[in-house]
Amino acid sequence: MTARIIHIARNTFREAVRDRVLYNLIAFALLLSAAAILVGQISIGIERLVVINLGLTAVSLFGVVIAIFIGIGLVSKEIEKRTLYTVLSRPVRRWEFIIGKFFGLAGTLAVNTFFMAIGVFGALLYVVHKFSAPDALILVALYFIILEFFIICSLALLFSSFSSPLLSAVFAFSLFVIGSFADDLRGFAGMAHGLTRWVVTGVAYLVPNFSTLNVVNAIAHQQPLSAQLILQNTFYALFYTAMALSGAVLVFERRNLK
Amino acid sequence: MRSSGSATVIAAFCLAVSMAACVLVLRHIDQIRPHATLDDALYISSPKIVKRASLGFDGLMACIYWTRAVQYFGYRHHNHEVSYNELAPLLEITTALDPQLIPAYQFGANFLAPRPPWGAGQPDRAIQLMEYGIAHNSDNWQLYYNLGFVYYTELKDYKKASEAFARGAEVPNAHPFMRLLAAQMAEHAGEFSTARMLWKATLDTNRETNIRQNAIEHLRSIKVDEDVTNLEAAVTRFGQRTGRLPSSMSELAAAEHLPGIPVDPDGKPYVLTSEGRVLVQNPDDFSFITKGTPPGYKPSAAKFHTRS
Amino acid sequence: MSAIEILGLEKTYLVGFWRKRPKRALLPLHLQVEEGEIFGFLGPNGAGKTTTLKLLMGLVFPTAGTARILGRSWTDPEVKAQIGFLPEQPYFYDYLTAHELLDYYGQLSGVPGQDRKRRIEAVLARVGLTDIKGLHLRKFSKGMLQRVGIAQAILHDPKLVFLDEPMSGLDPLGRREVRNLIEQLKQEGKTVFFSTHILSDAEALCDRVAIIDHGELRSVGAVEDLIASVQGKVEMMWQGTQVPASLKALGAECHVTGDAVRAILAENQQDAAIDALRRERIRLIAITPLRTSLEAYFVEKLQSSPAAENTLGTAVGTKA
Repeated sequence: MTARIIHIARNTFREAVRDRVLYNLIAFALLLSAAAILVGQISIGIERLVVINLGLTAVSLFGVVIAIFIGIGLVSKEIEKRTLYTVLSRPVRRWEFIIGKFFGLAGTLAVNTFFMAIGVFGALLYVVHKFSAPDALILVALYFIILEFFIICSLALLFSSFSSPLLSAVFAFSLFVIGSFADDLRGFAGMAHGLTRWVVTGVAYLVPNFSTLNVVNAIAHQQPLSAQLILQNTFYALFYTAMALSGAVLVFERRNLK
Repeated sequence: MRSSGSATVIAAFCLAVSMAACVLVLRHIDQIRPHATLDDALYISSPKIVKRASLGFDGLMACIYWTRAVQYFGYRHHNHEVSYNELAPLLEITTALDPQLIPAYQFGANFLAPRPPWGAGQPDRAIQLMEYGIAHNSDNWQLYYNLGFVYYTELKDYKKASEAFARGAEVPNAHPFMRLLAAQMAEHAGEFSTARMLWKATLDTNRETNIRQNAIEHLRSIKVDEDVTNLEAAVTRFGQRTGRLPSSMSELAAAEHLPGIPVDPDGKPYVLTSEGRVLVQNPDDFSFITKGTPPGYKPSAAKFHTRS
Repeated sequence: MSAIEILGLEKTYLVGFWRKRPKRALLPLHLQVEEGEIFGFLGPNGAGKTTTLKLLMGLVFPTAGTARILGRSWTDPEVKAQIGFLPEQPYFYDYLTAHELLDYYGQLSGVPGQDRKRRIEAVLARVGLTDIKGLHLRKFSKGMLQRVGIAQAILHDPKLVFLDEPMSGLDPLGRREVRNLIEQLKQEGKTVFFSTHILSDAEALCDRVAIIDHGELRSVGAVEDLIASVQGKVEMMWQGTQVPASLKALGAECHVTGDAVRAILAENQQDAAIDALRRERIRLIAITPLRTSLEAYFVEKLQSSPAAENTLGTAVGTKA
């Protein structure tokens, strides 16, 4: 069972790596890190701030784009092109397929983040000439960004299991934007009354809460992060991913393939 | 369909469990990061920059900043904080993004001007905000009301308050009480009836919870002040008639032909001291009273009552 | 134990955007395929052949009915290790090479590591794909893809092989190779279930066939039996140039060639004809049963079905 999941994950990873679009996106992101250096030169005194803010935001945004771009086709493309037929005629369970695809995509993004992070650290080193202790917090920010990716990947996979690539992209991206404002959504819920309040509260809890995972600004200002927060965020990301993947499995198990 | 059936059941179970877990963890996280959006919000404290950064979605950003302003105030007030330094910038950003977001001005009038811990203690910025609002919404009488409100409550500048109410009364469709308030300000500024009128007007024209509760608190305190004033005047009259102080509240009540022992808005009887002063039993329950407190009394943390 | 037992599998789709109307792709199907035989599943396009295969593979869920494959429920994932499937017009991950694809499929089928390499080479040679190392599948021709498809179906040495239109996209040489391959598979003791609308292939290869049309099973049986049961004509040849009156009365077609007469008549008239010839003391040279082709049987079967009238009717209706 695990072996099959690993094989599917490896194949998904291989597919992503051989997709040329991936490289274009990574190149662009690295370019942005370089640009951060330039911008830093212009605004004296806050080079570090700019490099970290711009660099990490680039990693985050481009990662989300890649996750959505690849994720939306993961299942729907296989159904469309019927490459799934020969896979499912083997002793592969449908749920193993979904989980394997997820790990392949998540792995792709983790590797991706690794390379882009090198770019950010490189730019940072260039600008401040020497790392200091608080810079280790950047690793925490990157860890949170990877958790964000897990959530986005699982959502993209969920939508891919029942929707066309275009619609999946729209849904996934919308959820990303709304999720970034999740705290404000809860604020709205707090100010509403009656039925609206229940509905908005429900939505606010269902939507992926990216605001809690977005610590880029705090890190840039070298504010410390509590260990509790790191732990709770990890749990949240894991549970949310599990939720989306369960949904994907549920849909996919019942689906008649064309 | 047997084997796929079990996978479906397990997946449904996982879905339910993880959904519940997500909600629980989120609530946990809320406790760890209560100032969340605020910290983010104020790394950019210049309205101009925010306006540019919002890419044309000014209205939406205004709503978001407005929500944050209310949350900020509510959270700090709940935790008995004494400073609200960020309230002004938040409201300024909100109104810069959307000058027609009237509730923001009303919130500013009610909570920017009062001294801490009931507000930010920045009446001048409140005035500025109101004038800005009036400049962009000349047909809105409520902004004139808010302006007059600030002059009256915090700056005690009754002349300017009256002027503001008068200006507001000129606006078409203005509420009739504007003219009344203008007149009251001019003639009876310091009286209880005027204050009551003002706070009742605030209560009637606002739906925002914090503002309403604040108004209710003021009305309660006005009642206490009024009661204490009247009771102490009664004590004086008693003294003039009998040449001594009343021995108890019931004696005073009988002498004044009151229906019963006078009680405060919470239903607790007023206390008559041996020096002839009238005190309220729990001064802490009334945030804004200026009378009826024992000597040397220092108010403890301000809080809003939920009873009206 | 039968290799395949289909017990009432049926599939009805709901088509339409707002008001969903039912479309019966497969009426309840009852079919059995024995181990070690080559079974042909014949029918025109859109008859329900692919639907049946998709149902058996678990790609589509039946509206009703069950099936057993190699004695186990068709939904049992473990049974899939023993079967191979070639879908119609297959499409594979085009960013992989044939070797990588077969390696991946081998992994998924549970073929152990050392074995895999050896088997991949063997199976590629068997389907006639040589010299393709490092070539990505997106560069393969249709015929090459078909061969890869067959390769992946037999890679893990399954006991039962399902082939959906295995000859499509192949040139005559390729088709002959596939025919040989299928025969070899039978000799190895495997069961082959293949669907096709090319009847000559079925006639040459299959032990038994089933004919399906408009989702409904029309007939099942051994090829010879089917053909013989329908027409059952015999050709009789006797010496001389005479045609007895009684034979004429039977309505036989007679041709005189040289000093012999050939007559074609129905099988059930055979005995009457022999008696007639004996009475006239005419010498019988030969009696030969006439074979017809599967194609003729097929066409006749399809035209005789009530669905045939419906086809004409609905063809007009749907075009409206």
